[in-house]
Parts: sequence; C-alpha cells; structure tokens
Amino acid sequence: MTTIETIEREEQTTSLLDRIAALEARVAELEAHPAQGIEDRLAMVVFSGDLDKTIAALIIATGAASLGMETSMFFTFWGLNAVKKQKVYSGKNLLEQGFTAMLPGGLGQMGLSQMNFFGAGAQIIRKLMRDHGVASVEELFDLARELGVRMVVCDMSRELLGVCDEELVTGLDHGGVATFLGDAARAKVTLFI
Amino acid sequence: MEPTYHQTLDVKGAKCPMPLVKSRKAIGELPVGHILRVIATDRGSVADFQGWVKAAKNVELVAQETTAESGQELYVHYLRRTA
Repeated sequence: MTTIETIEREEQTTSLLDRIAALEARVAELEAHPAQGIEDRLAMVVFSGDLDKTIAALIIATGAASLGMETSMFFTFWGLNAVKKQKVYSGKNLLEQGFTAMLPGGLGQMGLSQMNFFGAGAQIIRKLMRDHGVASVEELFDLARELGVRMVVCDMSRELLGVCDEELVTGLDHGGVATFLGDAARAKVTLFI
Repeated sequence: MEPTYHQTLDVKGAKCPMPLVKSRKAIGELPVGHILRVIATDRGSVADFQGWVKAAKNVELVAQETTAESGQELYVHYLRRTA
C-alpha cells in the first residue's frame, strides 16, 4: 500500500468516527427528551364558546396532560370566551362594545350549546356536575394550567372581536395559525372543538 | 391475591378525569419501582388506567380488581412507576 493510500484510509476512518460520535450524541439527546416524540403531543383548537364543549375540551386536555402528553389549546373565535376573566368597555368602539355585551365575560357566564333556556340549562348542568362529584369547569381550567397545558390565544380573532388584554386571564401565549400548526405538526392527536 | 403495594390513594367519589389526574400526581412522588394502589368508584377508571399505561412510558399496570364495600363497587388499580 502506498503512503497516499494509507493517509486516505486514515482520513476516511476519522470521518466515520466523527459521524458515529455525532449520531451517538443525537441518540442521547433524543432519549433525554422522549416527550418531544410525535406521539406524546396533543394539539387542540377550541373554537366553541359553549360551556358543554369547553368542559369536554378541558377534560381531554387535563387527561392528556396527566398521561404525560405535551398539550396545547389554541383558543379562537368564540373559544376566547373561555380565557376571559372580565368585560371591559372603555377604549372600544360601538361595534366592539356590542360584542362585549353579547358575549360571555368568562367561564362563569357561558351557556350550553343545546337546551340552554336562557342560562337555566347551564345552571342545571353545573348542579348536576356538583351532585355527581365532577370537577367544575373553573376547577378543570385551573388544573389544566397547573398541569402545564399551553394556552394560546388567536390574536387575529381577539382583535376582530374587540377583546382587549385586560379582559384575558394572565399567562397566555398569543399567536396565529402557524403557532397552532407548529404544535399540531408534532402531535399525534389533534382536535377541533 | 392482592399484590404488595407501597402507598394507597383514595379517589372514591371522584369522576373523570380526577382519578387519573390525582394518580398521575401521586405516582410522580413515588420512587421508581414502587407500587401505588388506587381505590376508585368511577367505573370508567378501569378502561382509563389501561389507556394511561398505553400512552405513558413511566408507568405499568400491575393488576386491577373490582370489590364491593357496603353495596358500592370499588375499582382497585395497582400501578408501578417504571421510570
């Protein structure tokens, strides 16, 4: 074997060893963060602002988070009702004030999607949940936050409906379609509620 | 026969998703290898715990049994923390 050939062989070996080392580091990194795997994520769009649908969304979210899934909820359109804490009228135009007046100012003011009967249905469901020992929608919401569920507000629909930051609970992320898709693309479970 | 366990969690009366949420919290506080016994009255918890071990990587279902206490069905689950 010529000297040149020997040098070439050595170079090949060195580059192969480097590649193996890089692969080992990558495997170790992936093993250290198993939650980043595609099957461990749930991404949800909460479009509805009804009490019953919000309860369903929150039960799925808290259940998923308990299972160890990275969970994110994307609140858009009527779904924004769920992340409001109060109504604010100042600094809004007439149309925005109208929306504020017509829409619930938080979980406590939500109605049912069916059999609401001007709010009586919602009160009956709340009573039934209490009687059966089911956690209330407020408890589920707090639990979701406690379990680290990511909550993202669709900023486009927030502006459209004239919802200001002072009306929202604190600690929310703001984003758009790409924020949801960024989470959803890595999620095995995606839901639109 | 009742498997041996290290700690008991009573979630009697709690409904979906609370048995799961509380068990998840409790097992996270146990050392790896230890077994948690969960006593529930929620019938859905039987399938729920089977679903949990399918989705989670750090827990295994050792046993499940149904017993009765003063006319009430009890669903008892034994879970081992594996990681």
